[in-house]
Amino acid sequence: MEICRQDDALQISDLDPFLAELLRQIPQSASPDGAPAAEARLFSRPSAEKEICAEWKSYVEPELRRLFRAASETVADDLAQLNGNEKSLSNCTLHIPIQHADAWLNTLNQARLVIAAKYNFSDDELNDHDRSPIGSRRDLGLFQVNFYGFLQEFILREIGG
Amino acid sequence: MITFFMSAVSAVQLEKGSTSTVEAPAREKETRGEEELDVPWQVVVHNDPVNLMSYVTMVFQRVFGYPREKAELHMLEVHHKGRSILWSGVREPAEFYVQQLHGYLLLATLEKVV
Repeated sequence: MEICRQDDALQISDLDPFLAELLRQIPQSASPDGAPAAEARLFSRPSAEKEICAEWKSYVEPELRRLFRAASETVADDLAQLNGNEKSLSNCTLHIPIQHADAWLNTLNQARLVIAAKYNFSDDELNDHDRSPIGSRRDLGLFQVNFYGFLQEFILREIGG
Repeated sequence: MITFFMSAVSAVQLEKGSTSTVEAPAREKETRGEEELDVPWQVVVHNDPVNLMSYVTMVFQRVFGYPREKAELHMLEVHHKGRSILWSGVREPAEFYVQQLHGYLLLATLEKVV
């Protein structure tokens, strides 16, 4: 896999099927549905004050849900470029318009937080970047967290100039 | 994103009887007294080992307009001490900052200064 900046887009090329599948899974990985710990992390309490929390639940949380959903939909639309390319992924290039960079950063962060909350990774696990091989669904989750973090780092570097 | 948050904040401000020129709906009772408004509040960001250090730094720069060096100092304080006070002042701007930080998925809280 190669990743680079090309004019007003970020390009991911030479995708192998495994990494392409992990990319495809970003939107669904970002969903906290059915995982209370992940839901609690994405929509954490803003204060110890009950009044603030009640107002937040009514006015702010619905807006946050809309924001996160919109970002995830933008990423899903970009990832549609990978559909139907299973047999020729080495020739497939994913173009991410630079104006979608914030949506990608947000959705990648949602996905990393949701996966980490679902598996309750320890600090040691999260800092173990050389862990291999992938022998379980938990290992795969940790790999996803690190892979999505790598993509975030690249996007941050590019938009930061 | 700014537009989005401004709409969320204006909804909250109308509920609290701000001085906006938009006519507020009839109110049954005051929700907050003057004394309470004077209590200083602080915006606190808490450590989360999942969020990248570079991402947290970028968020501090964007939300608070801090230069990179100051944003990094706060990020490192969060990382090493578990929390950092990013801003102190009256409640409504503090709420606005916390909303923005949650939009970036940071663990942020609004606390009364004791």
